[in-house]
Amino acid sequence: MGEIIDVINLSFDYAANEILRTVSFSINHGDYVGLTGYNGSGKTTLIKLILGLLKPSSGKILIFGKNILDFNDWKKIGYLPQNTSTSNYLLPATVEEIVSLGLLSTKKFPRIITGNDKNKIIGILNDLQIADLKNKMIDQLSGGQQQRVFLARALINEPELLILDEPTSALDTNSRHIFFSYLKKINQEKKVTIVMVTHDTGQIGKYASKLLYLEKELMFYGSLYDFCQSEEMGKKLGSKSQHLICHQH
Amino acid sequence: MENVYSIFQYSFIQKAFVAGSFVALLSSILGLFLVLRRLSLIGDGLAHASFGAIALGLFLGIYPFYISIPLVIVASLIILKLSEKARLYGDAAIGVVSSISIAIGIILTSISKGFNADLFSYLFGNILVIGDDEVLLSIILSLTVLLVIYLFYYDLFSITFNEELAKISGIKTKAINTLLVVLTAVTVVLSIRMVGIMLASAFLVLPAVTALQISKSFKSALLFSVISGVFSVIIGIIVSFIFNLPTGATIVLANFVLFILSFFLKNR
Repeated sequence: MGEIIDVINLSFDYAANEILRTVSFSINHGDYVGLTGYNGSGKTTLIKLILGLLKPSSGKILIFGKNILDFNDWKKIGYLPQNTSTSNYLLPATVEEIVSLGLLSTKKFPRIITGNDKNKIIGILNDLQIADLKNKMIDQLSGGQQQRVFLARALINEPELLILDEPTSALDTNSRHIFFSYLKKINQEKKVTIVMVTHDTGQIGKYASKLLYLEKELMFYGSLYDFCQSEEMGKKLGSKSQHLICHQH
Repeated sequence: MENVYSIFQYSFIQKAFVAGSFVALLSSILGLFLVLRRLSLIGDGLAHASFGAIALGLFLGIYPFYISIPLVIVASLIILKLSEKARLYGDAAIGVVSSISIAIGIILTSISKGFNADLFSYLFGNILVIGDDEVLLSIILSLTVLLVIYLFYYDLFSITFNEELAKISGIKTKAINTLLVVLTAVTVVLSIRMVGIMLASAFLVLPAVTALQISKSFKSALLFSVISGVFSVIIGIIVSFIFNLPTGATIVLANFVLFILSFFLKNR
């Protein structure tokens, strides 16, 4: 199948600091990629570049074959940001209102939410087992429940590409299980391409089929099997770090 | 009690109710977006900017209402551009534009020396002396702005919730931000006639913060904000008439009383 994301010689500098250096890789349809690396390795910056929220210093990014700077078919992409608390929690919004915002990428001016849209919202809330929270205010929910609401917002258009930035940080064990099971299901059954940023190296091997290891530049990109067999990665990361990722696999 | 009923018979009171309610309706809705986007101070800044515009209108002999609207819109766009392009935060951009406008206003007042009394009336406003044409203009502009808010409701709601997520939903966030400050500029000019430059931002901020205490959804917040804003105008006009108080200030205090009530209701 075709490439969903094509990153070509991508570099990014911020205030004279080099954040990413000539990164190149391709992500194919149906891949489940774990994007990992130490704190400050450029993971979130890479995601923001892929989403067009930042402009590259050099190089380019193609999404579904189109330069991200010209891309406008946003309904194909679902995004769960790193820190959902950066959203406006003074805003007295219900779960239904938050999830409805995910539908805006399918709408043209004037953007109006219809009765059919409301049925769609109920459908995705049911899938994520949070239908009973529909009329609750978002700030009354636990971290795990909020995360599932944001996942519902990201998934409501049945995107072909789902990008998640540190999604597990606020999750308890039960929420984590529901969360990852659902991701696995949509990846396997609907062939949704998933890119998940995580520093949770002990868990990543359980879910992802590919690993992308970043340290300003691309250190490794390939299957988990290859990563676990790589002596070079063992030397670079230390055998303990490599084992931490691989023993779950 | 008869006295209370009799005030509804006066045409200047009827005009005050109509114009005041329309502007309150508009301000309450826009104010909610501004407060949630931490742009509450922009109302104050634009009211100060209108001081310079009104002084210029009086200086040139042009009806201040007509010159204020375009000039305050320009001031709002300058604030937006400064906070985007210059190395300063939005509140500093508001400070720059408002202080320069006030300085221009003071210089024009000093040069002309003839319109101090007129300018004073704009500083504190007087909803009870507005003319038929001002009522009509308030209604037309309020309805226009309300229509624009209706058409862009979800865009505004989305950037209020999270601007990055709005961007990757295909919303032109810069354009929507521009729309928000332009609508605010028009609203501020409209409210100056009611409550004056000194209190114009209260029309934007107080109903919104009242609604935020008690609402359980964004739509209910909009509804409570509107109810609070319009109710304060009606109560403020009645109370000011009965006790012979300045109407603008009484409306603002009525808004404040509702805020206190909602605060205690929330923390009950």
